[in-house]
Amino acid sequence: MKYKFLPHTADVKFKAYGKTLNESFENSALAMFNVMYTGKIKSSKQIKFSIKGKDFENLLYLFLEKLLILLDSKNFLVSKIKVKINIKDMSLNTLVYGDNSGNYSLNTGIKSVTYNEMFVKKIDGKWVCQVVLDV
Amino acid sequence: MDELKKIKENIYQLDKEGKMNVPVVVYASEKLLKDMLKDKCIEQARNVAMLPGIQKHSIALMDAHQGYGFCIGGVAAFSMDNGVISPGGVGYDISCSVRLLRTNLKKSDVIGKNKEISKALYKSIPSGTGKGTKLKITKLDMHSILKNGAKWAIENNMGKKEDLEYCEENACMEDADAKFVSEAAISRGINQLGSIGSGNHFIEIQYVDKIFNKKTAGIFGLEEDQVVIMIHCGSRGLGHQVASDYIKKMDDFYGHDNLPDRQLACAPVESELGKQYYKAMCAAANFAFCNKQVLTHLIRKCLSEFFPKFEAEVVYDVCHNIAKFEEHYINGKKIKLCVHRKGATRSLGPGRKEIPEKYSSVGQPILIPGSMGTSSYVLVGTKEAEELSFSSTAHGAGRVMSRSEAIRTLKSENIKKEMEDKNIALTAGSFKGLVEEAPEVYKDVEEVVKVSDELNIGKLVSKLKPIAVIKG
Repeated sequence: MKYKFLPHTADVKFKAYGKTLNESFENSALAMFNVMYTGKIKSSKQIKFSIKGKDFENLLYLFLEKLLILLDSKNFLVSKIKVKINIKDMSLNTLVYGDNSGNYSLNTGIKSVTYNEMFVKKIDGKWVCQVVLDV
Repeated sequence: MDELKKIKENIYQLDKEGKMNVPVVVYASEKLLKDMLKDKCIEQARNVAMLPGIQKHSIALMDAHQGYGFCIGGVAAFSMDNGVISPGGVGYDISCSVRLLRTNLKKSDVIGKNKEISKALYKSIPSGTGKGTKLKITKLDMHSILKNGAKWAIENNMGKKEDLEYCEENACMEDADAKFVSEAAISRGINQLGSIGSGNHFIEIQYVDKIFNKKTAGIFGLEEDQVVIMIHCGSRGLGHQVASDYIKKMDDFYGHDNLPDRQLACAPVESELGKQYYKAMCAAANFAFCNKQVLTHLIRKCLSEFFPKFEAEVVYDVCHNIAKFEEHYINGKKIKLCVHRKGATRSLGPGRKEIPEKYSSVGQPILIPGSMGTSSYVLVGTKEAEELSFSSTAHGAGRVMSRSEAIRTLKSENIKKEMEDKNIALTAGSFKGLVEEAPEVYKDVEEVVKVSDELNIGKLVSKLKPIAVIKG
């Protein structure tokens, strides 16, 4: 399972899983975009970016937030994503594929990522990211 | 929550204990309280009671439900000397707000044309989600909007001066400073001016179904069968990013080890970071005021094509996600406080200088939207709200069901049919998204406004019923 949505009265809460930390971040991004669009998205464009955080949760927050900024400011809707995290200096490099969001009719927008109940942990040998989104 | 005790009808209290600085007060009927106890909203109000410098009590209003950090439907006031300001206590959608327009139309003018009108409004007003809007503005425009609010739109021929008179703060928070708004925030908002967004935001054509208080309704310019238009939206991506930027900055600078929830990141009100957030928040509120002014213009333009003599005047425009410096009584002494309202509407009574002169004899209008297809309400502010709720009352119906449960259990076809049966024309960008906003997902708005009225923190003036709904 890549991710699972959990009950939350106001917002969207999910757990994303991965064999590696990288994979759990990738699946977190896919979960977030699944809230907005469930159909197939073309991979006609690609963007590279890197960010630096101070702990796992902060890095996940910054990473997902950057994807929301790209959507609102550049109309970039994510289809596929490749993440590489360097734990030593808490940095993340990513290559994101996607398409112009104007070509799709989105179900809903997402206002923001939140720190509420957020965690990034290794549980029974699997990486788990828990995120609450404000929608 | 066993420790919650009933003080009197509609008032419950959680006594101060452990790390709490003040008690939690819950304003709810037994019916509404039952829903609140299903999620973590009272626990969240208790977390807020632990923040430094909080005064008197941490409040959960009758429409409260679980949010992130602060509950939604919450009010918390902090001392200017040793208290904090928290972006999470305002919410990501800074100045999410409601504007009500009264028109010169009667219900009978619109009823047969509601489908056509709904479609035309949807066409002229984009949701903006993933697509942006047709209105192209420059960065220079953006700076002027952040500083001047809705005045920018008036200067650009999108409305009249009188529109501003009937908005909270005259549609401009003067402490705004664009220099504290990041480039990322501007880049998120610059394509979104004149859009409603998604989620629970909407434009509704409604009619006045019932008047509870004839004198006050008269002063607000409302009469039975009159058509009114309600706009519910906020500061779009710009405000979301301002909130996010300052949550991160406060988390970086002050850490979160002493906080019960990392999302409660905050800074002393009078600190540099606290002041910067406040000024950026005001700028985001100005973007929201301007956005609703542009929407008002687009609505006037669109409806004039159906009704050449169409006129629409602003009844009021009021925020329900905001922090403000206001004077309130604490132990009999009037002091300035930083009042956070997250999913709560200001409820100033008669005689207050902050409200338009025309309304001064009765109090400010309070605009409470219902869930999709149900009634919305106009209430009026009271003197009693000063004592009970730092002059605040509810902001809406408040959710009871999670979005995931809504998607699992409800069908969009049923919602469409329900609307058709009620003769409400519904136009929406996404019918999948619609399920998440179905009436079943929300508390009963009638019960929410009834409790507000019984507690005298916002008195009923009129009931509005929808004829056409436009969703993002």
